[in-house]
Amino acid sequence: MFGKLSWSAIPINEPIDMIAAGLMILAVLCVLAWVTMKGYWPYLWREWLTSVDHKRIGVMYVVLALVMLLRGFTDAVMMRLQQAVSVGPDAGYLPPEHYNQIFSAHGTIMIFFMAMPFVIGLMNFAVPLQLGIRDVAFPTLNSVSLWLTASGILLTNISLVIGEFARTGWLAYPPLSELKYSPGVGVDYYLWALQISGVGTLLSGINLATTILKMRAPGMSYMRMPVFCWTALASNLLIIAAFPVLTATFAMLLLDRYLGMHFFTNDGGGNPMMYVNLIWVWGHPEVYILILPCFGVFSEVVATFSGKPLFGYRSMVAATMAICILSFIVWLHHFFTMGAGANVNGFFGVMTMIIAVPTGVKVYNWMFTMYGGRVRFNAPILWSVGFMVTFVIGGMTGVLLAVPPADFILHNSLFLIAHFHNVIIGGVVFGALAGYMYWFPKAFGFTLDEGWGKVSFWCWFVGFYLAFMPLYYLGMLGMTRRLQHYDNPGWQPWLIVAAVGVAFILAGILALIVQLVVSIRTRDHRRDHTGDPWHGRTLEWSTPSPPPAWNFAVLPQVEREDAYWHMKRRAREERRAAAEALAYAPIHMPLNSPTGFITAFFAVVTGFALIWHIWWLVILGLVGALITTLVFAWRDESEFEIPADELARIDRAHQQAYWAGSAP
Amino acid sequence: MARPATAIALAAALGLALSGLTGCSGGILDPQGPVAAQELTILWDSLGIMLAIVIPTILATLGVAWWFRAGNTRARYRPDWEYSGRIEMVVWAIPAMTVLLLGGIGWVSSRDLDPPKPLPADTPPVTVQVVSLDWKWLFIYPDQNIASINHLVVPAGAPVSFQLTSDGVMNSFFVPQLGSQIYTMPGMITRLNLQADRPGRYSGISAQFSGAGFPDMLFTLEALPRDAFDSWVANARTQGEALDAPAYARLTQPSRADRPRTFRSVMPGLFDAVANPGRNPALPQTNPHWPGHEYPSLNKDPK
Repeated sequence: MFGKLSWSAIPINEPIDMIAAGLMILAVLCVLAWVTMKGYWPYLWREWLTSVDHKRIGVMYVVLALVMLLRGFTDAVMMRLQQAVSVGPDAGYLPPEHYNQIFSAHGTIMIFFMAMPFVIGLMNFAVPLQLGIRDVAFPTLNSVSLWLTASGILLTNISLVIGEFARTGWLAYPPLSELKYSPGVGVDYYLWALQISGVGTLLSGINLATTILKMRAPGMSYMRMPVFCWTALASNLLIIAAFPVLTATFAMLLLDRYLGMHFFTNDGGGNPMMYVNLIWVWGHPEVYILILPCFGVFSEVVATFSGKPLFGYRSMVAATMAICILSFIVWLHHFFTMGAGANVNGFFGVMTMIIAVPTGVKVYNWMFTMYGGRVRFNAPILWSVGFMVTFVIGGMTGVLLAVPPADFILHNSLFLIAHFHNVIIGGVVFGALAGYMYWFPKAFGFTLDEGWGKVSFWCWFVGFYLAFMPLYYLGMLGMTRRLQHYDNPGWQPWLIVAAVGVAFILAGILALIVQLVVSIRTRDHRRDHTGDPWHGRTLEWSTPSPPPAWNFAVLPQVEREDAYWHMKRRAREERRAAAEALAYAPIHMPLNSPTGFITAFFAVVTGFALIWHIWWLVILGLVGALITTLVFAWRDESEFEIPADELARIDRAHQQAYWAGSAP
Repeated sequence: MARPATAIALAAALGLALSGLTGCSGGILDPQGPVAAQELTILWDSLGIMLAIVIPTILATLGVAWWFRAGNTRARYRPDWEYSGRIEMVVWAIPAMTVLLLGGIGWVSSRDLDPPKPLPADTPPVTVQVVSLDWKWLFIYPDQNIASINHLVVPAGAPVSFQLTSDGVMNSFFVPQLGSQIYTMPGMITRLNLQADRPGRYSGISAQFSGAGFPDMLFTLEALPRDAFDSWVANARTQGEALDAPAYARLTQPSRADRPRTFRSVMPGLFDAVANPGRNPALPQTNPHWPGHEYPSLNKDPK
């Protein structure tokens, strides 16, 4: 009846598991109880869970990312504590089966469920606003993408309570991840969670790429798009090209595990190395999927806070697209040590270094954007300058690893761990947090507290260097990754320094939480009435904060890049006259739809049933998802009309607030 | 603005350099063979070339950000300065030239230090066949017809030619002080050539996660003078059990932190049989589905 599922799947005898799971369940129950007591359910359902508004969906993506940052960071703390004490056999407080799940979960969660939702959330929120349009190309599909990502997250977290997670590392190389060596449900949780969320990511990529290619405001040609939109375009094109590879690769591993096939097994003609190739054909573009939108954030932030246009716009666009293409021909540098041969290694090494050229150009262009500017050191630009300093170090160690003979002695060592945290924290996390602090006032109508934002930045910045510089050195001492214990006491002091660094990062995360709480409590003093708190350059700042559901009452006419900056340069009187002369026409906006939420519910049911081999429930889940889709397909009404006089009333109110709030 | 953190970074870099200079770290900073020494040189050279660009870039970034701060009235505000062809050329040229240089190093060194490439030497290399098992290392000496577990003895000053495979999951064979690591993979044979210049004991590890016993998958590489190596071989031939099919079957059972030991003889063709599962009928069949084929052909009927 229940397949492999039985009471023994719940780890009653594992105190750490049970405490973690208990706290998690308690937190979820508290939130649910609070929402119920306050009577927020109808509001949540109407305004958020069924919303197809790209801004709300973007916000929910970022909320998911921040929650999963806490989960993934908890794993990091446990690993750092373990390695800080585990000299000698049987040392430390985490047994191998536990430690191995934790590092696998940490990598999986941080990449798929923290970094991905964060950048997709920022793109969802900002891209339509920057393009001067009212929504993405497929609003309901956008909701489906969000909730499928949430399904993957939910499945991963269920594994904490029921069953186990993979113990194979975050990419689950076979043969270790094959049934023979990993007979438990851990790898199945990993695979189905990522298959489901991967479909969501692919749909989101199609959605945003279509939006950027087909739906820009009148007059916004490609070369007038903000650079963030360019990087979003590159990132989403990469998603469309790379994620099907991931889905197919996981599908083959699932066929091995479920139907006894032999794609990657040791026997029957299987070839585990093929999996390694395929997973990195997805995996290397993936890191550029993450970093490119962050480059876009930095471009916007540096230009805005320097009070200058981005230096070398066309160079930046060219560099972005060069990275987009080059990222597909470097994957083999992840396994120079598998004996591919001198010429193959040499080729991929050189290609990897070539990617450093457009990336280096970007760093110089950001520097020259500040040159001749008036740099206001708000929190977003602190993250940006911190990024520029940190990222060039990470880029340098990356190029070092691209030299095959250097990689032969550094591969899989803690040097590698330090390198990719250097670019992921110093690049993606700093970029995501810069974007979070930059666009927060646009999303919620009040600014975040600057002081706590700066505290958070300095804690993260110092914490990063303390936590990862020792790892570079430990890698050179010959310490490899994923060690549950080690026998070289000389390594321990450096691992303790790294653990102290993690404490600083913890302080940085706490500062983020304090910043949010303080800002919400003092929101009445920090309202943004003008819609343009940073003196911005791009169209999102021309709308009220928060923008109405339709973003723009009348679509803006774009005449050049940095459209809003140049609109603001025109004489005040001319602008007021133009605003008053606007002709409002009724707008059709998409209706909210529970399709995404319900589909995702059935996706969780299906995924859970597949993991535990409960076949009747699999069929039930699939039929449920199919019926949901059919009901949506046969809907009678998909849009509602907003009358012109209501648009005029709301837009004129914003205009008045703007003229009252902005200095003459 | 980023001063405290830069100071920390510099201190870390200094500490790193100092510890590197003092040597004796046991890792890749203390090379004991020609491969490791050349690789470390390439690493430092590449790092040096890049630091020559990276350090000025970091300083310039911080300097520009600080000088053009909004409060600095002496800095000239040029709100429309957004393009300069000359600067564009320079900023494309700097990383391009660096990468041209580094790419040359990468390409040439990739060929020079290709792991299968034999090392130049007067003496013929000693051949060692390596099998990674759950969670131990089996070293087979085909010419001497002996084998050992977790203890790799080689002559100092002579090249060693490795053939490597795995009976199970992937691992990576790595002696940090001797240089290049290489993966061991089931059904595949990788090749590696290393040399220890001086007698000594060097720690060896698996550098690819392989499951629960992974942290204990350690071995010692012991480089002995030639005559001591010969007497070790002679001694090994008289001690321990014979590595026949039943003994090998016992070895394939998962175990952790196995004590180092030797086998006085090795059944013929053991390594090939492990690397090509199903070839040798004397071995226990790990593959019930499709014996006897490296790559199945659709035309052939599986037995």
